[in-house]
Parts: sequence; structure tokens; C-alpha cells
Amino acid sequence: MMRPVALARRPRWRNVQGFLFVLPWLIGFLVFQLFPFVASFVISFTEWDFGGEPRFVGLANYLELGRDRMLLKSLINTVVYTLLHVPGSLIIAFALALLLNQKVAGIAVYRTLFYLPSVTTGVATAVIWIWLLQPDGLVNAGLGLLGIQGPNWLGSTTWALPALVLMSFWSVGGSMVLFLAGLQGIPDQLYEAVAIDGGGEWSKFRHVTLPMMTPTLFLTSVLGIIGSFQVFTAALVTTQGGPADATTFIVLVMYWAGWQFWKMGYASAIAWALLVVILLFTAVQFRVARAWVYYEYDRPREAER
Amino acid sequence: MTPRADESSTLLARPVAGAAGQLADPARARATRRLRALGRSALLHLILATGAGLFTLPLLWMLRTSLLPPDLILAEPPVWVPWPPRWENYVEMWSAGPFLAWLRNTLIVTVVGVVGLTVSSTLAAFGFARTRFAGRDTLFLLVLATLMIPFHVRLVPEFMLFNWLGWVNTLLPLTVPSLFGSPFYIFILRQFFLTIPRELDEAAEIDGASLWTVLWRINVPLAVPAISTVAAFAFISEWNDFVRPLLFLHTPENLTLAVGVRWFTGRYSTQFHLLMAASVVVLVPMIVVFFLCQKQFLRGIALTGLKG
Repeated sequence: MMRPVALARRPRWRNVQGFLFVLPWLIGFLVFQLFPFVASFVISFTEWDFGGEPRFVGLANYLELGRDRMLLKSLINTVVYTLLHVPGSLIIAFALALLLNQKVAGIAVYRTLFYLPSVTTGVATAVIWIWLLQPDGLVNAGLGLLGIQGPNWLGSTTWALPALVLMSFWSVGGSMVLFLAGLQGIPDQLYEAVAIDGGGEWSKFRHVTLPMMTPTLFLTSVLGIIGSFQVFTAALVTTQGGPADATTFIVLVMYWAGWQFWKMGYASAIAWALLVVILLFTAVQFRVARAWVYYEYDRPREAER
Repeated sequence: MTPRADESSTLLARPVAGAAGQLADPARARATRRLRALGRSALLHLILATGAGLFTLPLLWMLRTSLLPPDLILAEPPVWVPWPPRWENYVEMWSAGPFLAWLRNTLIVTVVGVVGLTVSSTLAAFGFARTRFAGRDTLFLLVLATLMIPFHVRLVPEFMLFNWLGWVNTLLPLTVPSLFGSPFYIFILRQFFLTIPRELDEAAEIDGASLWTVLWRINVPLAVPAISTVAAFAFISEWNDFVRPLLFLHTPENLTLAVGVRWFTGRYSTQFHLLMAASVVVLVPMIVVFFLCQKQFLRGIALTGLKG
């Protein structure tokens, strides 16, 4: 390959410029990411009520984590929420994306309608759903049509958490859009090849759509779990953790510790515990991904080298 | 379900259908095919409309509540159609709380956020994609790492930092960090810049163009789909941001819309009509942006390799 003259002439100045382009991000990273990240670790070893001086307490906050019954409950709630929310919303979002990828008149309107709930403000969503989930609300009226006696969703310790999961399904628009984009990126030739071989809709789905979508499914499940462990707004504005701590989540407990009781050291320790849990789950996902995610570009690229 | 030919395969399905057509008469086969396509799209519309109806029902309730007089909102049996509509709710909303201040704050945060995030992320992404300074790959790994770390981990020290700077209860904690870009957007844009052929840059640089010119005159115009996707993402997330305003803003007139609407949900009574009117107003820009940009939006996501 020929080396372009201009690039060879002043590569150093060119690279300095490149660094200058990246510099704003780097400054932001140091000030708003790295510094708070490290500071949060340090603060987690102190007792700091915000007003006074921080006092070093060693591992006391972390030991406290293990004894905190509300936190344990919130960890269980968060994990249960994640196990219901992530697979459920992935399936719903994927199904919707398949539907919305069809070519019919007015598809833009349908797409917008399915997307809107995910960008409705949290407070409005909460108030609407509190009404829908009343004992004699619309959700139970719908269940009644199927002959099912619906529970008192938000007032029941058993059903409040599933109610929040149900609410979360209403906002699958974000993942739906990612899936839709993924579906549109699948080359038509692959479907045509299946058609030539006499395959029907099911074969197309099973042998083209599904394998081609595994990278998107992987990405959305990773992002989904990271997001799900940080569930906060829905509980804060609908149930405030109730009834009887049935919907306390980790971030909610952290918020109370930090911004209601001003126990900044303890709040930081909770945040770090959350980080560890999230990293564990993400690591497991990456490990398992090797078995089921299909990257079409991997092999040819390796062959080239 | 019986296999049906969908649009992507009609071209290739035709010879097969033609073979079947040798048995029956071709005109009838064509009519059958057309009927089938019609049935298929009718079925699709039925499914889509039912689903969209279910999804939109809560929003319709929001709309109807925003147009009802307060005493009819919780009436039994429920009033479904707000007739005559009470438009006064939308007028009352402006004076019942500092709505105008919230709107102004939200606009400031959103405009600074969208412009700041888009410009600074574009700059960084171009630096990562097109130059090789020492430590570039390490720094890019840091970009990816910050993507994975929940922002809640940083909240406590961030709050203390802003408090120390005297920024709490001002818009600065919501605007200033935006000026330094966001890892997610840098990642998307870098992926896109990598797909633009280098030869264009090199040709321009041989002609004596500076790196700055190469970025703004060649790469940015080609990256418009990706950049506008990032801008749309930024618009939606800044407009709807809840946690940061909740933590960093306190006095009513300093809030943004997303947290401000909580003003209408009092401890003892919620002013449903005003809350819902406000929520409709907050939602309108989202409807407009998504409806107008959805095609571009989807293409942008696909192009930027975000699909995985």
C-alpha cells in the first residue's frame, strides 16, 4: 500500500490534534466519572452525615450491609424483578418488532403508538397505572372478561412487585426500536435463499431471523439487566417501596440512605455492592454468550488475517 | 400456519407459483395470490390495531383526564369521552404551578444537552476513529468501561462535588457535564466514522486540508444519519431525565418538567386534571420527534452498529 505523503509529513501534529479532539471527553471523564467513582469508594469506608467531617470507620458500612434486613429484602426484590422484567420485556419487544417490521400502510403510526409509552414521563406513567391497577380498575376488568378474579395489585404484598413488572412491559419501546433496527439490517438475500429451498415463514424465522438477531438480543439483555438492577423511578412514584417493603429496590434504599437520612458513607457502600452485583451478572452473561450469540463477521475476518 | 409468500420473497416465489399455475388457469392463480396478500395485510392490521389499542389505552386515559372537569375524573361509572372538552385545564395548568419556569428550565437543559453532547461526542469519536495518539486504545477502553458502570455509583460524590461548587439547586449539574460528551454517544459515532472510507480523508489531506476541515467538511456531512440519531437519543433522555433533577434541584421554580409535574400530586390530593394536562404537553415533543424521525432513527441505529 502507498503511504499518502500528507499523512507521513506531519503525523505527529495530526495525532496531537486527535488527542485534542478527545480531550474534552477526557476532562469530563476525570472530573465527572473517575473522581466520583474513586471518591465513592473512599467515602464508603467513612461515616459522613454530610454536614460534619467524614470519619473513617473501616469496613463498618459493608458489615452493616449484611445486617440490613431492608437491604436484603431489596436485593431479593431487585433480583426477582430482573428475572421477570428482562426476559418478559425482551420477548414482548422482539414480538412487537417482528410485527412492526412488516410492510403495511400506516406502519409509522403504529410504530409511534407502541413507542410512546417508553417516553412518557415517569410521574404520569405512575399515576395512570395506579388507576389502571385499582382493585376495580381496567386491568382487573380485562382479567374479569377472561374469568379471572384480579388481585388488589398495588395493595398486596404478593402482587405489588408483579404489578411493577407489568408496568415496565408498557415501556418496552426502547428495546423494540433496537430490535426493529436489527431486523431491518438483515439482508433480503438470506430470506430469498430460504424461499428457494422451499422454506416457509417458520424456517425463515428459525434459520435466518433468530440467528441474525442474537447479537441484538445479547446487547439488549446486557443493557436490560444493567438497567433493571437500577430500577428506581417506578417504585419511588408508585409504591414508595410498599406495601410492607414488597417493592423496595436497591437504588431506592440507597436513595433513602443518602438523601433522606444523609448517611453518605452507607449510601456509597450500597452503590458499590450494587456495582459488584451488576458486574457479576454481566460477566456471567458474557461467558454464556459464547454458546448462543452468532457473529457473522467473525470467521471470514479471521480467515483474512 | 400455512406458509405464505411475503413481500421480500414474491420475486422468487413467482416461478414456483407459475409452476402451480400450469395446472390451474394463470388469471385465477393471480387472483388467489392477490386475495391472500389482502387477507394477510387485513390480519396484520387487526393484530397491530388491537395491540396499539391496548398500548395506547393508558395514554388515551391521560388525554381524557386532561380534558375533564375535576369532579368527573373519578366518577362511577367512568366517563370515557370528555365532552364537552374542558380546555381550561390547559390554561389553569400554567398558573397552578411554576409551569413556565419548568418549561424554561427543561428547554435550557435539553438544548445545552443536545448541542453539547452531540458536538463533544462527535469530536471525541472522530479523534478515536481517525488518529493514533499514544494511549488511544487504553482511553477507548475507558469509554467502554464507563458504559457498564451504573451511574448510581457516582451519585453521592457527584452530589458532594456540586454542593461544594455551590451548584446544587441550579441547572449547572444538569448542563455542564453534557459539554464533555457521553460514552454511549462516543461509542456509536466512532463505530460510524470507522465505516467512512479513509481514502476521502487522505485525498483531502493531500490537498492540504487540516484535520479540522476533514472532520467538518467530509466526515460530519457523511455522518448526518448517525449524528442525528445521537441528537434524537440525547433529546429524549435529557427531556425525560428524572433522577438527576430529583437529586440536584430542590426549590419548585428550579425544577424541570419531568420532576415538576410531581407538584400536582400532593400528599393528600392529586390534581389529576392538571397533572395529566401537563403530562400531555410534556409528551407532545416526543410524539413529534419520533413520528417525524422514525425512519431516519431506525436507519441510524442500524448503521451505527448498535444492533450488536
